[in-house]
Amino acid sequence: MEVMLRNEEQILSKIATNDGHGENSAFFDGWKAYDSDSYHPTQNPNGVIQMGLAENQLTFDLVEEWVKNNPKASICTEEGANDFKDIAIFQDYHGLPEFRNAVARFMERVRGNRVRFNPDRIVMGGGATGAQETLAFCLADAGEALLVPTPYYPGNDRDLTWRTGVLLLPVVCESYNDFKITREALETAYKKAQDSNIKVKGLLLNNPSNPLGTVINRETLTESLNFITDKKIHLICDEIYSATVFSDPPFVSIAEIVQENPQCNLDYIHIVYSLSKDLGFPGFRVGIVYSYNDAVVTSARKMSSFGLVSTQTQRTIASMLSDDDFVARFLELSSRRLGTRHSLLTRGLAQVGIGSLKSNSGLYCWMDLRRLLNEATFEAEMELWRLIIKDVKLNVSPGASFHCSEPGWFRVCFANMDDETTMVALSRIHKFVIQKKGGESHAPRKQCRRSKLEINLSFRRLDEIMMTPHKMSPHSPMSSPLVRART
Amino acid sequence: MTLSKKATCNSHGQDSSYFLGWQEYEKNPYDESRNPKGIIQMGLAENQLSFDVLESWLAENPDAAGFKNKGESNFRELALFQDYHGLPAFKNAMVQFMSEIRGNKVKFDPRKLVLSAGATSANESLIFCLADPGEAFLLPTPYYPGFDRDLKWRTGVEIVPIHCTSSTGYRITASALEDAYHLAHKRNLKVKGVLVTNPSNPLGITLTRTELNLLLKFVDTKGIHLISDEIYSGTVFNSPNFVSVMELLENRKYKDTDVSNRVHIVYSLSKDLGLPGFRVGAIYSNDDMVVAAATKMSSFGLVSSQTQYLLSAMLSDEKFAKSYIVENQNRLKNRHQMLVRGLKTAGISCLDSNAGLFCWVDMRHLLTSKTFEAEMELWKQIVYEVGLNISPGSSCHCDEPGWFRVCFANMSEDTLNLAIQRLRSFVDDISATRNAPRNSSKSTRKKLLSKWVFRLSFNDRERER
Repeated sequence: MEVMLRNEEQILSKIATNDGHGENSAFFDGWKAYDSDSYHPTQNPNGVIQMGLAENQLTFDLVEEWVKNNPKASICTEEGANDFKDIAIFQDYHGLPEFRNAVARFMERVRGNRVRFNPDRIVMGGGATGAQETLAFCLADAGEALLVPTPYYPGNDRDLTWRTGVLLLPVVCESYNDFKITREALETAYKKAQDSNIKVKGLLLNNPSNPLGTVINRETLTESLNFITDKKIHLICDEIYSATVFSDPPFVSIAEIVQENPQCNLDYIHIVYSLSKDLGFPGFRVGIVYSYNDAVVTSARKMSSFGLVSTQTQRTIASMLSDDDFVARFLELSSRRLGTRHSLLTRGLAQVGIGSLKSNSGLYCWMDLRRLLNEATFEAEMELWRLIIKDVKLNVSPGASFHCSEPGWFRVCFANMDDETTMVALSRIHKFVIQKKGGESHAPRKQCRRSKLEINLSFRRLDEIMMTPHKMSPHSPMSSPLVRART
Repeated sequence: MTLSKKATCNSHGQDSSYFLGWQEYEKNPYDESRNPKGIIQMGLAENQLSFDVLESWLAENPDAAGFKNKGESNFRELALFQDYHGLPAFKNAMVQFMSEIRGNKVKFDPRKLVLSAGATSANESLIFCLADPGEAFLLPTPYYPGFDRDLKWRTGVEIVPIHCTSSTGYRITASALEDAYHLAHKRNLKVKGVLVTNPSNPLGITLTRTELNLLLKFVDTKGIHLISDEIYSGTVFNSPNFVSVMELLENRKYKDTDVSNRVHIVYSLSKDLGLPGFRVGAIYSNDDMVVAAATKMSSFGLVSSQTQYLLSAMLSDEKFAKSYIVENQNRLKNRHQMLVRGLKTAGISCLDSNAGLFCWVDMRHLLTSKTFEAEMELWKQIVYEVGLNISPGSSCHCDEPGWFRVCFANMSEDTLNLAIQRLRSFVDDISATRNAPRNSSKSTRKKLLSKWVFRLSFNDRERER
């Protein structure tokens, strides 16, 4: 059997048979658990709740209303049918002009109109996944490297290295300074590469950050720009969460930084964008490469043949994003709802003494469970994670999967569910923490008293859960009169 | 500051004349009213003949593309659906459609189908799965120019030609296969497989059973893969009927053998349905590992869920799908006939073909010499003086100069007739030139040249921006 397998592997490529896609990692166990036992409020109330998927589901009501009122946006309705043929045969890799214009304008709006984007530099990619891979193909040869600050989105490993042969080297960021990217960390990573005879071709920043949910401040962006200028390497800014910023500090795009630094060499600067997170349309596969380098635009555009956006979708998006009123309402509503949901989650966590990194963007928060580890090791983190999946029935993502340098951090998504499910998740966490701590000190309760207990949602469900008889510690804050449901 | 080798090399193949002709067309495109002297696009293998059939289906089925399922909005579900396994209803509809095209002689399992953004993406992903950089695939010549980009550019895989010639009707022979294999070895290239296009682009002919058996025997003996790019399978309008390699695999000695795991099909809806903008491609393989790897790779080019939904509705309407296939084939047949007859009146013959959206046209007799330089000269004249963008055989890696691919399904009948007329005048002029005394030939040529801007250089990179 083994011999057969080896023979089989020999006739396929190395890429097809290696683990570069990252899906054999233990971290997919959470997904498998969810797939085999998915939570449903009535059909499977004890199932696993998916909190490992960074999706934005909070503003679909607005979008659906728009779709209903704009039948012309679809080429298959009576109103749009005249354009069916032209759209269906259009396969020019430049993309529909109205699509590029609309995306460029949308990106400008998200940045408060503080920058201008040239639609001719908008290049399509098969989602941000395709866009990232294309940039890696354009900027680096196999064996060369890109630096990426940790913790980072696990998909980067597949997207940037699997088929390209490019290496990803970590720029280690730590919790002592809230995982900020320091010049020192950048220099250390660069030097390490040099010492290993690996040529560094660029730095990849993710702003806002996945998994941290924080924005990179002006100083750090400028410092990064100085760093890459100094080293003569590229700067790729993945800004796919740019419209998920819900509170201060404001989002600063690399586009603004280059505007403020006219002496910088634009040929090094590239942006990756997508509509999957900001708009919540991952199914439509709208990825964008925006480069200030003409040769990269040309090359990436040729490569976009491998992942063009369906013209049917280009047309719908062009229509939607050129509706200024809709865009304004969407951005405002989405931001507000994300903020509210974020608050709900973080305050709910705080009630049981679970902190999270102070964040103002993204579809998740970076939860601090270091105190719940048996020991400060990744093995302990794995153990805790398996416990959370198995007993708490939540699929959260362990920090190690994000290449975090310190054990105990977990990414928890909050925008891919409704309020009720969020409350169910919180109550499970509460229960878990209390049971784990048993008869411990009152630190949790103190935190509970300090925290504001305004949880704004439907509490009927919480009431039901609260009244379910279960073993509770006498010091449990859950029985505290301060945790009072508000109807 | 440097970019990667891939970004700065020419392996994307877009400096080739195939693409340059497109660029010339874009600068001066024919339009019946606005630019009647413009260049007619005959270099684009598009199927525009049956849109009305699609459009009437849409008019009768408003839910499908209005993001509605039984009147209820399903926008949200579609917008969130990014599962690389694809929409089950769509895959089911696809395999049904593929089966119908093959006269239901083959049944496809939707679990073995991997969706990808167009055949461009499907072909590249498949090569990534089957070969390492520096390894090679054998391809019969002439072949689709885009393969140089799709199969080689980012994968680092090489193409070694299997030489097919007009003297044998471009049929793939055992000796041609062996020669190609040995050529690869001489170049120190490990051969991982053979890729054929069936029906062929640019030839427009279907592979015979003999050829298919030969291919299966060859890949079986050598222990290598066979990719059959069948994206034109629905465009077969004349006998012999289309025979898919999968059909042969169902038979006798190949069923459940090793070789059946090494045969893979590439499909797309760009040619058969005429929907290249929607980016619907697919890989079909019996090998689980290939399916698994290709599925993961499809993340780099998934099909928009919006499009999957629309097409699943359309293609699962069996009655519609069956009637579309027949109607489309009839229209292609008529149009093909129109071009062949028209060319004949100009004294130009074509390879006898039964499929595709183009003819493989023999203009060897119009060359000033049996060289590729002469072919290029003739081509430039046809683009600039005659105003037709057709594809020279050299861009398809043809061994003999003088053959051109001429598309017929991407324009109206009137435009096709005009194209034929122009070609006829051009041929008449050439005959006149060749038969006339020296002096008058010069003035004839001057007259021809002055009609159009004559460009000498094709390597104008600025235009690419």
